[in-house]
Amino acid sequence: MSLDISFIGILIGSIMASSVPLILAASGELITERSGVLNLGVEGMMIIGAISGFALMVITDNLLIAIVGSMLSGVIISLIFGFLTQSLLTNHVATGLALTIFGIGLSAMLGKNFVGIPGKEFPILFSSLRESIPFFGPILFGHSIVLYFAFALPFLTNYFLKKTKLGLVVRAVGDSPVSASNQGINVILVRYCCILYGGAMCGLAGAYLSLIYTPQWIENMTAGRGWIALALVVFATWSPIKVLIGALIFGGITILQLHMQAIGFRIPVQFLSALPYLMTIIVLVVISRDSRKIKLNTPTSLGRIFYKEK
Amino acid sequence: MIKIEKRNDVPMVLYFFTPFIAIILTILGGGIIFYILGFNPIEALKFYFITPISNLYGLSELLLKATPLCLIAIGLSFCFKSNNWNIGAEGQLTFGAIVGGGVALLFYNQEGFYILPLVILAGAVGGMIFALIPAILKTYFNTNEILVSLMLVYVSKLLLDYLVVGPWSNPEGFNFPETRQFSDSSRMPLLFDGLRIHAGIFLALAAVMLSWFILYKTYLGFQIKVSGLSLKTAKYAGFKGKTMILVVFMISGACAGLAGVGEITGPIGQLHRMISPDYGFTAIIVAFLGRLNPFGIIFASLVVALTYLGAETAQIFLQIPKYTGQVFQGMILFFLLASDYLLFFKVKILSLKKNELRH
Repeated sequence: MSLDISFIGILIGSIMASSVPLILAASGELITERSGVLNLGVEGMMIIGAISGFALMVITDNLLIAIVGSMLSGVIISLIFGFLTQSLLTNHVATGLALTIFGIGLSAMLGKNFVGIPGKEFPILFSSLRESIPFFGPILFGHSIVLYFAFALPFLTNYFLKKTKLGLVVRAVGDSPVSASNQGINVILVRYCCILYGGAMCGLAGAYLSLIYTPQWIENMTAGRGWIALALVVFATWSPIKVLIGALIFGGITILQLHMQAIGFRIPVQFLSALPYLMTIIVLVVISRDSRKIKLNTPTSLGRIFYKEK
Repeated sequence: MIKIEKRNDVPMVLYFFTPFIAIILTILGGGIIFYILGFNPIEALKFYFITPISNLYGLSELLLKATPLCLIAIGLSFCFKSNNWNIGAEGQLTFGAIVGGGVALLFYNQEGFYILPLVILAGAVGGMIFALIPAILKTYFNTNEILVSLMLVYVSKLLLDYLVVGPWSNPEGFNFPETRQFSDSSRMPLLFDGLRIHAGIFLALAAVMLSWFILYKTYLGFQIKVSGLSLKTAKYAGFKGKTMILVVFMISGACAGLAGVGEITGPIGQLHRMISPDYGFTAIIVAFLGRLNPFGIIFASLVVALTYLGAETAQIFLQIPKYTGQVFQGMILFFLLASDYLLFFKVKILSLKKNELRH
């Protein structure tokens, strides 16, 4: 393996590509959690997004419809979660788990007729620049529009939470729903919106896998990425920019183990495949050890049920 | 007009009655899904819920599938009652099966009465050790147990995969990803000729009785229940929170390990990649449907086992994809959680009177 400069450029480009679904899903979940709602259904929403995006692409032959449709399907399935947790006041953890089990089953059922159909080529931007500029070309250019969106998203999320009035409302609802409610904020409505937004981002993350990254429909193709995205939010201590850094680290590990497999590294494949999961655990331990640091940005009411006596 | 009032206390009758509402709603919801998929809903539901248990073989299969679900759910009930979210029972099952299976493979060409107890013990210890990882990380490093226990599921499945294709694969197995067959002494005794139901069911029943005793008759059970209701109260009462977390995880891991070893020494008889159709995850639903009550869990494990069997039958007779099983399982939990609303709120339907309308 030659470690020349252009190879490193390509390597960084592929790390970026593999981190996209994590950035999207974790950024969406971050907003949901900032409003005080813990949605463990990320994996289920992603896989629903993956199959609906792919199915719509096959049926309509239109990638825009497929992408928008995948986000809509994420919204619809997260609405189940929203209705249960916000209107019927169910336990967040149990409802999220149900959403994941339901989503994996439903996606496999819907996807039965789409297994083995080849994906369509997704248009990439600035492909000529990618070839002509060494090192920076493969890093900056020749990606899909979804990737550029994903890399802008943490900054947009950061701006939204810190600089806008709506962002302040979301944080207020997450940190102190009772005072927010007393200020005249409709806590339940804000939380509904954050849940649906999270659903849309998870749907898009799934569609990125089935339309752009893989691109085809494989049962259970999210393979735990939804759970890693959830871990990333903790890793980032609920700060959007750190989500980006964390996602790149995980993308890096994924790509690294693929390369190690490809060059016939002498460690068994399964151990390399286990690396991202083991890394998640190690990172969680390192982050969580300092309880003061983790509490700084943790939404105070995370996972608690809010009920307003009418 | 509908009026909603908050209840002051939860009526116990309703507490155990709402799971039945959830089951009925799930069956109705399933009918609608079958209709949308283009099947006759009545016929599909019949294949799903009646055909599988209309003969002796089917009943045996039902008990066979309910056994691991019941065992794991009993273990999980300890965790959930004390607010510890162990959702990695699938990993503990797998690791238990790996350790138990490893012992069984040591004795692959030997017979002896002591082998099966050793294998079972090894499985329970394996599951216990694996469950201790999230427990220790939670108690000493403040790490989220949901994420750690779940990540370990993937790790354990990859480890099993490595073992069955690598060092433990059958030398005469033509490179199939599976180990040798266990010797007869490592197999659970069958209860009836020609049926697959095995002695593992007694392990599940023993777990039910033992858990009932621990939860309702011992100080430990009291501590677990109080911590679940209010952590502050538990702290104030001076309970050793850390020890309790370790203990509930160990119990739950041991149960999942037993379930794993029951599968490989029962119907499977060797190690391969597919030792569990996600029993560890489905058991979470069983635990909730059974209201975390040992006897409720027996009932719930039978209901949920039927969704596995129904999915298989429906696939054979109607070519309905078998994943409908998971959809049903997800729906059960959705409806169960939704029907809990009735526990905390009274829904009154008031008839409108004329004088009320004027206001």
